[in-house]
Amino acid sequence: MMASSYNAKEEDGHNSGASNNGGAGVVKSKKPDNTAFKQQRLPAWQPILTAGTVLPAFFVIGLIFIPIGIGLFVSSNNIKEFEIDYTGVDINNPCYNCAKNFSWNSTTPCVCSVPFTLEQPFESNVFMYYGLSNFYQNHRRYVKSRDDSQLNGDQSALKNPSKECEPYRTSEGQPIAPCGAIANSLFNDTLELYHIDSNGTRNTIPLVKKGIAWWTDKHVKFRNPGGNNNLTVAFQGTSKPVNWRKPVYELDPSDPENNGFINEDFIVWMRTAALPTFRKLYRIIQKKSSTTPTLPSGKYLLEITYNYPVLSFDGRKRMILSTISWMGGKNPFLGIAYITVGSICFFLGVVLLIIHHKYDTRNNSPDIPN
Amino acid sequence: MECRLQRGPCVGEEIWVDSRTVYIGHKDPPPGAEANIPQRYPDNRIVSSKYTFWNFIPKNLFEQFRRIANFYFLVIFLVQLIIDTPTSPVTSGLPLFFVITVTAIKQGYEDWLRHKADCSINECPVDVVQQGKVVRTQSHKLRVGDIVVVREDETFPCDLILLSSSRHDGTCYVTTASLDGESSHKTYYAVQDTMAFRTEQEVDSLHATIECEQPQPDLYKFVGRINIYKDKEEPLARPLGAENLLLRGATLKNTQHIYGTVAVYTGMETKMALNYQSKSQKRSAVEKSMNAFLIVYLCILISKAVINTVLKYAWQWSPDRDEPWYNHRTENERQRHMVIRAFTDFLAFMVLFNYIIPVSMYVTVEMQKFLGSYFITWDEEMFDEELGEGAQVNTSDLNEELGQVEYVFTDKTGTLTENNMEFIECCVDGNVYIPHAICNGQILSAASSIDMIDSSPGGYRRVSIVQCMIVCLGIHQGRPTSFYISSSPDEVALVEGMKRLGYTYLRLKDNYMEILNKDDEIERFELLHVLNFDSVRRRMSVIVKSSSGEYLLFCKGADSSIFPRIVSGKVEQVKARVEQNAIEGLRTLCVAYRRLSESEYQEACHHLNEAKLALQDREQRLAQAYDIIERDFVLLGATAVEDRLQEKAADTIESLHKAGMKVWVLTGDKMETAAATCYASKLFRRSTQILELTKKRTEEQSLHDVLFELNRTVLRQRSISGLSVDCLDFGLIIDGATLSAVLKANQERAGSGNYREIFLEICRNCSAVLCCRMAPLQKAQIVKLIKASKEHPITLAIGDGANDVSMILEAHVGIGIMGKEGRQAARNSDYAIPKFKHLKKMLLVHGHYYYIRIAELVQYFFYKNVCFIFPQFLYQFFCGFSQQPLYDTAYLTLYNISFTSLPILLYSLVEQHITMETLKRDPSLYRDIAKNSLLRWPVFLYWTCLGVFDAVIFFFGAYFLFDNTTFTSNGQMFGNWTFGTLVFTVLVFTVTLKLALDTHHWTWINHFVIWGSLLFYVIFSLLWGGIIWPFLNYQRMYYVFMQMLSSGPAWLSIILLITVSLLPDVIKKVLCRTMCPTATERAQVTYCHQLHSETKALNCLVSRLGVRCLSLSCKSIPLVNHPGRPLGSLIALSNSMI
Repeated sequence: MMASSYNAKEEDGHNSGASNNGGAGVVKSKKPDNTAFKQQRLPAWQPILTAGTVLPAFFVIGLIFIPIGIGLFVSSNNIKEFEIDYTGVDINNPCYNCAKNFSWNSTTPCVCSVPFTLEQPFESNVFMYYGLSNFYQNHRRYVKSRDDSQLNGDQSALKNPSKECEPYRTSEGQPIAPCGAIANSLFNDTLELYHIDSNGTRNTIPLVKKGIAWWTDKHVKFRNPGGNNNLTVAFQGTSKPVNWRKPVYELDPSDPENNGFINEDFIVWMRTAALPTFRKLYRIIQKKSSTTPTLPSGKYLLEITYNYPVLSFDGRKRMILSTISWMGGKNPFLGIAYITVGSICFFLGVVLLIIHHKYDTRNNSPDIPN
Repeated sequence: MECRLQRGPCVGEEIWVDSRTVYIGHKDPPPGAEANIPQRYPDNRIVSSKYTFWNFIPKNLFEQFRRIANFYFLVIFLVQLIIDTPTSPVTSGLPLFFVITVTAIKQGYEDWLRHKADCSINECPVDVVQQGKVVRTQSHKLRVGDIVVVREDETFPCDLILLSSSRHDGTCYVTTASLDGESSHKTYYAVQDTMAFRTEQEVDSLHATIECEQPQPDLYKFVGRINIYKDKEEPLARPLGAENLLLRGATLKNTQHIYGTVAVYTGMETKMALNYQSKSQKRSAVEKSMNAFLIVYLCILISKAVINTVLKYAWQWSPDRDEPWYNHRTENERQRHMVIRAFTDFLAFMVLFNYIIPVSMYVTVEMQKFLGSYFITWDEEMFDEELGEGAQVNTSDLNEELGQVEYVFTDKTGTLTENNMEFIECCVDGNVYIPHAICNGQILSAASSIDMIDSSPGGYRRVSIVQCMIVCLGIHQGRPTSFYISSSPDEVALVEGMKRLGYTYLRLKDNYMEILNKDDEIERFELLHVLNFDSVRRRMSVIVKSSSGEYLLFCKGADSSIFPRIVSGKVEQVKARVEQNAIEGLRTLCVAYRRLSESEYQEACHHLNEAKLALQDREQRLAQAYDIIERDFVLLGATAVEDRLQEKAADTIESLHKAGMKVWVLTGDKMETAAATCYASKLFRRSTQILELTKKRTEEQSLHDVLFELNRTVLRQRSISGLSVDCLDFGLIIDGATLSAVLKANQERAGSGNYREIFLEICRNCSAVLCCRMAPLQKAQIVKLIKASKEHPITLAIGDGANDVSMILEAHVGIGIMGKEGRQAARNSDYAIPKFKHLKKMLLVHGHYYYIRIAELVQYFFYKNVCFIFPQFLYQFFCGFSQQPLYDTAYLTLYNISFTSLPILLYSLVEQHITMETLKRDPSLYRDIAKNSLLRWPVFLYWTCLGVFDAVIFFFGAYFLFDNTTFTSNGQMFGNWTFGTLVFTVLVFTVTLKLALDTHHWTWINHFVIWGSLLFYVIFSLLWGGIIWPFLNYQRMYYVFMQMLSSGPAWLSIILLITVSLLPDVIKKVLCRTMCPTATERAQVTYCHQLHSETKALNCLVSRLGVRCLSLSCKSIPLVNHPGRPLGSLIALSNSMI
């Protein structure tokens, strides 16, 4: 690094030995600049973390966190949630037979009905989720097995999906649309909800299937190739995913805005869950009038078209009904955590106060002389 | 003097393989002289550049990947390319590419500069004598044997032998300022027989060959011989030495031109080029602990990968976990063998976790060192007006080592003292002469016999002249001014002193010295031989012929080297005087002479010439010859020269002591002088108990007894004083002879009488040690001895002269003083400072700062990468050990490059945990960081645990938040990328805020960088998720960050998790500070208090004086920043007003 000094240094040989004042110019230029930065004298704020300065902070944190925690905890407790497992492991479960006799090839769908009772009425909008357990949507092989450009309506990717989709890339010589393991394993149970009123009649509860996916996903990230009309033509030359019963353009024939790649159930499924036990939004039950609750307490019937096998990997399927507050679904964790941390801070504040008091009087020299 | 040599067996004729024969003017030697084997020499092209345009890329890449860290990252990158890994090759490829590119650009630029410099040097015009004419050519076309003409102020284009000069005495003056930094003029001599050449034709007619050794890097050594052929005569052989060799890079001064110089070494074989090979690298203690930490992390990395691989296969045992219906393998993968799959998985885990050892750490550490070292060169306080130079940094690798020094080895002359000699007195046959000028000072009282100049009887006249003569030896007058130029300040002082006594040295002309004596008569002496000074002999001599035709040998030197060779003279009186002077701290020289008869002179001449002509072992032969000649002296007298202590030397030594450093003075001076200096510089205090381990004592008792006795004394004292060891301190004085005895005894009887250990034990208990009568090599030995002792302390050596170079190179940190004895020490040092007093700021302020900065840098880097990678490790337990990365590729790549890199880099450049004033005022703060205290294993463990704790908080915080529920107000669900982004956001904020908590010195730079990089993270994330990026084949991050921010609980949990992560560190800090504050922390607090009280006092004063002066408001920033001086002086001022 030092080897570059062939170019002779400042020739101060002229004045050497003879006199020093001759080379004043040279001397001046070598003198370092007296700037605050170069002399490391930049003005600075120098805080010190002492018990004295930290104490108020602890109390403030405690005082802020505990009310927030209480608020969160209360609002979490106010949320009503109902969960029912319809996997059919147990012989008493109405879906036991469907689960047992499942085969990929059966043409007639197996339907089972699970009755349940809501003890309390569900006010406001109710969100209906399906939940899967022990389903590794976050497995690396699974997560990457998709082609985002194909899903974005790219024609070339439609015909020639990404290699990441293997082994769900082609079937019978034709490219699969949508390709990949995620799309292939699309959750395809159909859930329907009936309210059974006092005289035993079944009233279908209207389930809204819009607004369950992110707006940006539905409108930007996912697009059908060649617009939303005439999907049959657009998807010509592609094959349906092997485990699907119907091709992608028949996901929701009734509504062209919800068909093909922009089918919301499909989009929801394509957002891979973080953990092996997860739930996904299925339907929304909208509040009809301000006087009656959305779901009054009473008897209900959940009718399932059982298409989705989970027993082979020891999975579970659930249906969840939940109301939502500003902070989302029922989750006491955040509230409890806030209360705990707030209390700890408060407690530490007290401890520090004692310590501070004790050590401060001992350590500090009486006074600094003027 | 003349010595004709026969070809064949003759003096100085050896068969030496490593020699070259240069034919001057490319003329063939006369037939029959010797078989003419043409040798090939390189041309005069200087190539300092490493690369050419073509080989730059491959060669530079090869160089870079030879570094183990780069190689590691390359391997990771290749693994990513080859096998199917969780993260794309971009994540490690991009940082690596960045690092490699930046380094390559830097090196390329440096090389381009070198190319340019080479080019301008290679193409600079040079005058060459060809066929009796001066021809102008380019420097790189010079060949060995060319005769070159150099004019005044021109730089020599290659190593040349001086044939003739425009000066009549055949000398020329040269400065080697650009070569070794010595700006003093040096004299070089032409070959005697060619000295008279005046024209090109004459020079061209010369028919001669030069035989010399092959190129060697030693600047001050050259051995050669010129054979001059004259018509039909036997060739004339002349010795050539370093005084005939003009080195490339030096500049001709005070001489109009030199004719007919002949190139002997060219191009890359010049001594200058050979000298630019880099020195051996020193590694700092911090670097060593950093490497140890790296190994720990490498082990963690491997064990993580192994654990995960094993768990993966355990978990996948059942096939429906391994391959559930929704997640099949490809056919290829299924066919792969189990072992290969396991190995691939292991590699994939390695890749996933490899960020725990970040590429960027190396870059940041290097940048910190490189940029940080500028603060040393910029420091105004270390700038010396007189010298016109500030501190220099020759290597930036050791900045932090300055904060770790435990032993300081310092030279005395020129380092502790000014090396600015003043002639005090001379003593001739026991009579003392004191020059007028200094007479009227305190020195007067010191002189016991004031029989002064008036009483000087004529009989002593000659003696004084003799002294003048001796003084003249090294003196060469430059331009006709009143200044003397000499290589030693000693001599100048003597000459000037002599002038005051009435003898003026006029000049050296054509080998005649002219001296103006008191009676204004000019006396002339012919200078015949100079027996140069060297530090082993510790004396020098000249042989002169006086005007009366007598041959005289004059010798001056240290008393110890002169007295044994004295046969007559008033030895006792002079000896007593010398000793008294030494006690007063004066430098003494003894002077003796010997009259030589004609035959004795011839014999001496023969010895000298024989030795001078030798091509091998010339040094040794010369020493032998000198030994034979320099004997049977008649003592003339002694001189005393005062060398004053450097400004603030005592204060500096006191500070170093307070800072817990042990200061050793290693000097070649004699014990009394050195001890006096030590007392003056407060190395020894009056209370210090001096232990002596000198030759005088060991002569009385055996070495064994002395050592054991001293050891007992030391141990007893320690046991008595108990805890307060500091209250009684010992000083040890040891001399060179005893030291070598101590070291030698160990070698002879290995094991049994382990003197070395006892000696070290004594030294450990002494706060100050003085080693006198040391040879240069012994200095290095001492340093080595301490370095190798069982605590492995960090040593620092500081010196100014060539004799300190060996110890400077040996010590952990070598500091050179830009002194009067040349620049060799500064050139070979790691840092160079103008004055000894600058050492205080260098160590106590800069060293301290650099150490805490780099320590924090290293620890923080490991911490932030534990925080970064550990959540990924935890995530594997929840994704079936499938190597699914938690974070997006962009985050993985940019985390270390841009989100968290700048705050720590700037922190490590500008952090000041205590103000400079406090550090200087309270040197004991230095003890707080001694023994690498901030990088010890417990501290490292604390940081790592903190990292793991934080990582656990991040991960499980997010886990419980995501656990089977939604946290949006519209019921929609988040996926795994939101999970990762949440963890990552908390991570970036926590890690940056942790640094903010550690920052004590918030300048605008810190604010800008810390808040700026957080802002950058947010903006980047918004942008990264805000667009469908057309060049990416996945859009997984699309709107993830925005969606997350649209959820209230996400915000709340981010705040919560950051708070919880920072909490333990805050508590630890506060508790440690309150319960058991370190000296540093106390200093911070008192500084604060002081500030407050001063502010109060000021307010009080201001109000008392009735002055309503808003500018004195304590909020004003300069007051806050410089508490000590301005405020203090203001208060003093106000007090005086009252």
